[in-house]
Amino acid sequence: MARKLMKGNEAIGEAAIRAGCRFYFGYPITPQTEVAEYLARRLPEVGGTFVQAESEVAVPNMLYGAAGTGERVMTSTSSPGMSLMMEGLSYLAGAELPCVIVNVMRAGPGLGGILPSQGDYFQATKGGGHGDYRCPVLAPWSVQEVTDLVQDAFDLADFYRNPVLVLADGLIGQMMEPVEFQEDRRPCKALPDKRAWAARGWKGDRPRAIINSLFLDPEDLERHNRDLKAKYDAMVRDEVRFAEYGTDQDYEVLIVAYGTVARVCKTAQEDLAEAGVRVGLLRPITLFPFPYEAVRRAADKARAVLVVELSTGQMVEDVQMAVMGRRPVHFHGRQGGMLPSPEAVAEQVRAILRDHAAGPSARRRASRRGGAS
Amino acid sequence: MQHDVVIAGFGGQGVMLMGRILAYAGMRQGLQVSWLPSYGPEMRGGTANCTVVLSERPVGSPVVEFPRALLAMNLPSLDKFEPKVKAGGIVIVNSSLISRPCRRDDVRVVQVAANDLAIEVGNPRGANMVALGAYAAVAGVPAWDRVEEVVRETFARKTDLVEKNLAALRRGAEAVATGATASPAVAGA
Amino acid sequence: MTELVFGRPRSLTRVPMHYCPGCTHGVIHRLIAEVLDELGLQGRAVGVAPVGCAVFAYNYFNIDMYEASHGRAPAVATGAKRTHPELIVFTYQGDGDLASIGTAEIVHCANRGEKVTVVFVNNAVYGMTGGQMAPTTLAGQVTTTSPLGRDVEQAGYPVRMVEMLAALRTPAFLARVSVHSPARIIQAKAILRRAFEYQVKGTCFSMVEFLSTCPTNWGLTPPEACRWLETHMLPYYPLGIFKTPEGPERTPAPLESLPDARGVQAVPAAAAPTGANGETGE
Repeated sequence: MARKLMKGNEAIGEAAIRAGCRFYFGYPITPQTEVAEYLARRLPEVGGTFVQAESEVAVPNMLYGAAGTGERVMTSTSSPGMSLMMEGLSYLAGAELPCVIVNVMRAGPGLGGILPSQGDYFQATKGGGHGDYRCPVLAPWSVQEVTDLVQDAFDLADFYRNPVLVLADGLIGQMMEPVEFQEDRRPCKALPDKRAWAARGWKGDRPRAIINSLFLDPEDLERHNRDLKAKYDAMVRDEVRFAEYGTDQDYEVLIVAYGTVARVCKTAQEDLAEAGVRVGLLRPITLFPFPYEAVRRAADKARAVLVVELSTGQMVEDVQMAVMGRRPVHFHGRQGGMLPSPEAVAEQVRAILRDHAAGPSARRRASRRGGAS
Repeated sequence: MQHDVVIAGFGGQGVMLMGRILAYAGMRQGLQVSWLPSYGPEMRGGTANCTVVLSERPVGSPVVEFPRALLAMNLPSLDKFEPKVKAGGIVIVNSSLISRPCRRDDVRVVQVAANDLAIEVGNPRGANMVALGAYAAVAGVPAWDRVEEVVRETFARKTDLVEKNLAALRRGAEAVATGATASPAVAGA
Repeated sequence: MTELVFGRPRSLTRVPMHYCPGCTHGVIHRLIAEVLDELGLQGRAVGVAPVGCAVFAYNYFNIDMYEASHGRAPAVATGAKRTHPELIVFTYQGDGDLASIGTAEIVHCANRGEKVTVVFVNNAVYGMTGGQMAPTTLAGQVTTTSPLGRDVEQAGYPVRMVEMLAALRTPAFLARVSVHSPARIIQAKAILRRAFEYQVKGTCFSMVEFLSTCPTNWGLTPPEACRWLETHMLPYYPLGIFKTPEGPERTPAPLESLPDARGVQAVPAAAAPTGANGETGE
């Protein structure tokens, strides 16, 4: 199929349809509303159903009801809406229901602003809702990649019987880029038969379907938690995704960034290369499971690590955990919808190299320096 | 070589469409492209802008703090983005609505009376097409034929609009070619 | 040869219920199961259990079941029904679940006209957590969180959900029944059956509110609890059918029939009590 210029939010909607999703439940919120608008128009064309929910509190519960019948279902939202969905997300994870939730992040906390941010990293990767659960978190860096990852997200959700989050930022949602949909796309996982557990009316041919997250007996609940943990361990073992740029050569500084920010860093990397400064770039694509091993290996080749995020520093903690103090980890972040420019990232790299040339005490100062400069 | 341009003006001047046409035309030419709008409450009536990147390599940052070109459709846009344009870059000024001269002397400034020329070709709402034509002529990328092709497709549903907008587009290019409205190119442009 | 004249409905499991002695949840469960059996719906039915005393309802109904989070059962039901309209979807919700934490979900489920059936059990108290004030607790009723009796100045008046939903324009079947006497139980079942029939036909949203007893948290014996329901709840929560999809839309009296605006304004502004409601225009 020919390349088509599409807005990220619309591409997300089309990707869901291509993945066989016929049910969308959502609530308008900037900057992802075009996903809902696109699907409100497109779903009826393919025999699907669009429901505008009364709130983001109701949305994941509608997903709960819809996913419980074994159908492919999704929603999309932006940060404040994601917070409201946390209750339902915990129940979806507890009841092991597959669904896809796209968060086109905007700046917070609170009402915050509507411009791009990566401030929901902790919420997405470390919990968010109550209880001991995890969701695979996929972080696209382009419109093409978000279409691919949304489709993969449905496969992962079905395979693991688990909600899957796609964590994009406002730029991905709003920007237009060429997109190509693979006509003969194959699922990225072997898809299990859902009829064994889906609630579609009990006719005595299988055990009754009970879509549930309640286990009052502590022994039962511990067993359930351990079963879930085994699933999360399998994700950690099998689903780590990342991309590396320029790490097959020597480099002095390793940059770690995800989403659109990684593109800014890529431009900085190219600009620096022209100036003779060698930088490696590692881009996590799955934020859970996080590519700890890859980050450690790539960091070992560098003198220092720089993490760039649209936050005051969230993923940097995972990078620190990966590096385990073997290399200094520096951080550059912008917040509130402000974005780092390639020039600013390049300057951070130069500053790190200057500090390292100046000796250990300057390095310590540099390590403590956080936030925008 | 990367071409990037910030297109800015009042909401309603059609700056988003100008950007989309450039992006489409670039894609048709086989380039990597991105189109990024400003978004938010200012989308109606206030200032709006979009950034288009055209490149032979995969587009890095879709956000360009220091663009190689600016297409300013009104004064607030010129005020805001003029200082950011890279040295040696291009600034297209809609002189119908902007009376002050450009303050930079290290960029190529092209004055185009977009609204006046649009009226002249009988398409008063086509100022954006005039300015777009001027930009395409000055920048050379995307190729002129591709731009015309995309303009035809954009207005394909209303055939009378196709000709009107093509006329406006060509008038913009012509204005650049005759040089009647362009300031002298500066060294390094 | 013997003939079975009374047995357990097929739509109920053989699991013993956990409800307190004298509680009417068991009766209401049985009525639902009988209706499902009689309409031949067991193989198509999907129930949504709430958070509250009926949290384990999925153990008792012999059909596919969901357990929802607190108050969200109408949203869950919406999701299930929209994906598979051939399913007969019902929620089973208490007063805290439906009338407090889940008001947004029930109102919008009804307003969208979701073709589901809601069984609303109103016993005027939070049962599972041990007898706290519910949105439907009567004025003056003593609970653990209204130890001096419900103070309507602080807590407002008990919410009448059926009446509230009846105000919506969307067609619906809305009724209030009771299960405190055999006669009322028989009547309740007929109404419940009608509610499910509307769903089978795909006509409209339906909700039946059951007035129910809570001897444990009311501190009464089961017979006393039935008498208390009759004496105290019935006057405030009248039984009846409040809305049918066939019924005429209720329209307010035209403005011309009301006292004219000058009459309203004749009340001196300075005399208007600051904290009072607006009933000054008579």
